[in-house]
Amino acid sequence: MPDMESAPPAAVRIAGVDDKALAERQEAGPTRRDVLFDVAGLTASYSDVPALRDVSLEIYKNYITAFIGPSGCGKSTFIRCFNRMNDLIPTAKVEGTILYHGLDLYGPEVDSVEVRKRIGMVFQKPNPFPKSIYDNVAFGPRVLGWKEGLDERVEQALRQAALWNEVKNRLKASAYSLSGGQQQRLCIARCLAVEPDVILMDEPASALDPISTTSIEDLMHGLKRDYTIVIVTHNMQQAARVADMTAFFSVEVDEESDRRTGILVEYDETPTIFTNPGDKRTEDYVTGRFG
Amino acid sequence: MATKDVTAGAQPTIRLRAERRRIGEDVIKGVLALCALVSVATTVGIVVALLEPSLEFFREISILDFFSGDRWAPLFNPASFGVQPLLVGTLMVTVWACVVALPFGLGAAIYLSEYARPRVRQTLKPALEVLAGIPTVVYGFFALTFFTPLLDDIGIQVGIFNVLSAGLVMGVMLIPTVASISEDAMTAVPQELRDGAYGLGASRLQVATRIVVPAAVSGIVASYVLAISRAVGETMIVLIAAGGLAQISLDPREPAQTMTAFIGATGIGDVPTGSIEYKTIFAVGLTLFVITFAMNVLSIRLVRKYREIYE
Amino acid sequence: MSVPAAAVGRRPRGDKIRGRAFYVLLLVSVSVGFVLLGTLLVDVLQKGIGYLDPILFTEPASANPDRAGARPAILGTIYMMLILLVVVVPLGVGTAIYLEEYANRERWYNRLLELNIQNLAAVPSIVYGILGLAFLVRGLGLGRVLLAGALILTLLVLPTVIVASREAIRAVPDSIRQGAYALGATQWQVVARQVLPAAVPGIATGSILALARAIGETAPLLLVGALTYVAVDPTLLGSFTALPVQIYQWIARPQDEFRLLAAAGIIVLLAILLTMNAFAIWLRNRYQKRW
Repeated sequence: MPDMESAPPAAVRIAGVDDKALAERQEAGPTRRDVLFDVAGLTASYSDVPALRDVSLEIYKNYITAFIGPSGCGKSTFIRCFNRMNDLIPTAKVEGTILYHGLDLYGPEVDSVEVRKRIGMVFQKPNPFPKSIYDNVAFGPRVLGWKEGLDERVEQALRQAALWNEVKNRLKASAYSLSGGQQQRLCIARCLAVEPDVILMDEPASALDPISTTSIEDLMHGLKRDYTIVIVTHNMQQAARVADMTAFFSVEVDEESDRRTGILVEYDETPTIFTNPGDKRTEDYVTGRFG
Repeated sequence: MATKDVTAGAQPTIRLRAERRRIGEDVIKGVLALCALVSVATTVGIVVALLEPSLEFFREISILDFFSGDRWAPLFNPASFGVQPLLVGTLMVTVWACVVALPFGLGAAIYLSEYARPRVRQTLKPALEVLAGIPTVVYGFFALTFFTPLLDDIGIQVGIFNVLSAGLVMGVMLIPTVASISEDAMTAVPQELRDGAYGLGASRLQVATRIVVPAAVSGIVASYVLAISRAVGETMIVLIAAGGLAQISLDPREPAQTMTAFIGATGIGDVPTGSIEYKTIFAVGLTLFVITFAMNVLSIRLVRKYREIYE
Repeated sequence: MSVPAAAVGRRPRGDKIRGRAFYVLLLVSVSVGFVLLGTLLVDVLQKGIGYLDPILFTEPASANPDRAGARPAILGTIYMMLILLVVVVPLGVGTAIYLEEYANRERWYNRLLELNIQNLAAVPSIVYGILGLAFLVRGLGLGRVLLAGALILTLLVLPTVIVASREAIRAVPDSIRQGAYALGATQWQVVARQVLPAAVPGIATGSILALARAIGETAPLLLVGALTYVAVDPTLLGSFTALPVQIYQWIARPQDEFRLLAAAGIIVLLAILLTMNAFAIWLRNRYQKRW
């Protein structure tokens, strides 16, 4: 158990962020950096208006990476680039490359359906299907053609999402009978049932109460062992609590056209971002001077 | 136990392309597009079905004679193909239908939108739709066997077949059409406009007539145009109650034949294919189609206009 | 606008009278339709009740009003309803799925398609009869057969089914689709396994209402040869008649008894319609999803 004296001096004070937690992270964090995603020069636009410009970073395997920043900085657009969900929007266009296991996600002949089988997503507002709890979790495997062993898959996914004990006796009940926090864990279980590599989470706890939020964050720590997690959050304290790496995005306003485009400002280990950020804009944001 | 897919995970070589070219997806999209094409084929079919025999007809009878002639007697000898009696017949019935539908429809809409309590509105609105759901043959029966004798009893000497009976009953049938679209347009008017007027001390009557109705005018006009279009295109009520005498008369107590009634009456009979009488069905049908089409396009435009303003 | 002090507080009597008169006018507007409807129903019941007996259902038409029945007409209506059910629902739902899920709204041909359907919905029903006369009866040489009548009614109510299905499909929240896509489902899987099942209640209600409308249609059938004197049970490719047409034929007969017979037929027709509408409304209330 690290003691307070050996915690690094905090160059910047951020309300609500526990120095002790940061210090724990620094000591216990993953030391090996395996590159899972290599993003280079990514620009995402809607109807030819860029929402996010020229982003380059690397996401590491079995890390929890957080994207933070003020609203409108394109972080949701960015995370949706990883599983090609932006394909569903007809006016969306993505330029640049995202290498996943060395393959460009946006390369020719890459099938977005295959991409999504490996890179799953949990949404801001829990969106369970209008079906039973069992059928919600079983939907993914069924769609993939995994017909045998469904019961076991469903149980394992629900256990991993820390929901099994609460629902094991009412798997046939409607998913809507669950509380908000339970529904979100159900969505996580649903995602886990297809055995993805990566779990993308777009503000997964922002629609939940604080207790549910804590349970989701605890879940993330547990899932980190087997999955790579990328999370978008507007809650800095949450990023400080869960993330190993944090990327800070901001908005750039074009003086002439008044257009707002998102850019990546700084990307580093979480403790650094929160205690010793390199860019002034990052410092302003994490200390609450703006945003 | 579930096993992880071998190709996913830490292996450097994974494939992101689909196992099979998802032909099934393309096939499905094709089938669905084909379904959608049925509606296109219908329109094309209607246009072709109307145009071909009409063009042949107008080679024999000049368009000028058709529209300027005032005697319609295609089955007589000598035949006469002036369509004006049918047009006048249609116009007469439509006018009387509008006398009922336009004011009462608007009145019902104002009541539903500005006066009725929400629960009353919830029951009345679908109840009005019931009126629109009664088959037209039933309305025709009512016009002939109840309404016409009723008019006689009141003192209006109408013939067994007359325009007035058919027109008025048709008007009632069209009240829901006017009411529902007008009411939609009025409910779309923002509450702030009303509140502003109420705040200045206006009465409900004033708010309804001076604020809401003018603001919703394009929707109301759209409902009127649609009702007129439906009146023009309606067949059974006039076939049963207005008679089959194609004449030019402005007296609603007289019978008349509308375009639709003529087509209906002739279609029932056995006219030989390709004969001039057969082709009259299409020539009159084309005239009818063009008139209603123009009105429908206008009505759609107007609805779009009011939707744009408030939504 | 300044209000003179004397006017504040009390509305002039003229105003009040006008307001009340207007209100009465509005009430009259609303009531006119119902008064007529009530009168109609009472009148029809009065006239038709005498002829409402088993003969109506078991005997074919006859020159003798005491022995005339509507059996071929009722059978004809039922057969056409069945054909309609099988043909118009898949066509309408298929078109609706295409427009809502697959078609790119920006493309001109898709917008034209939508406009086309809107226009078709407003074409006078007798024009559909002309279409049938030209193509099916004379063109294809089908003759004046039941199938021709059923097909024409299909085209007539197709726009109604399309509109109702589109609304039902549109009502399914987009979050459901997103969730399904994110699990690696293909487009058809999302539509068939999530969207359609959720839209079924709305589609079913809309279809039944469309069918109810078709049953009452007379004009197109007159042209497609619903022969007004049919003594035999209808077959698919044989001569046929339908209930509204039979009613019309009875009305057109000079003898008074046939008018009463027509009223009886109307009672049957209205009863069928009432049942169908009630069923549709019950369906909607029982199964409608509240999103």
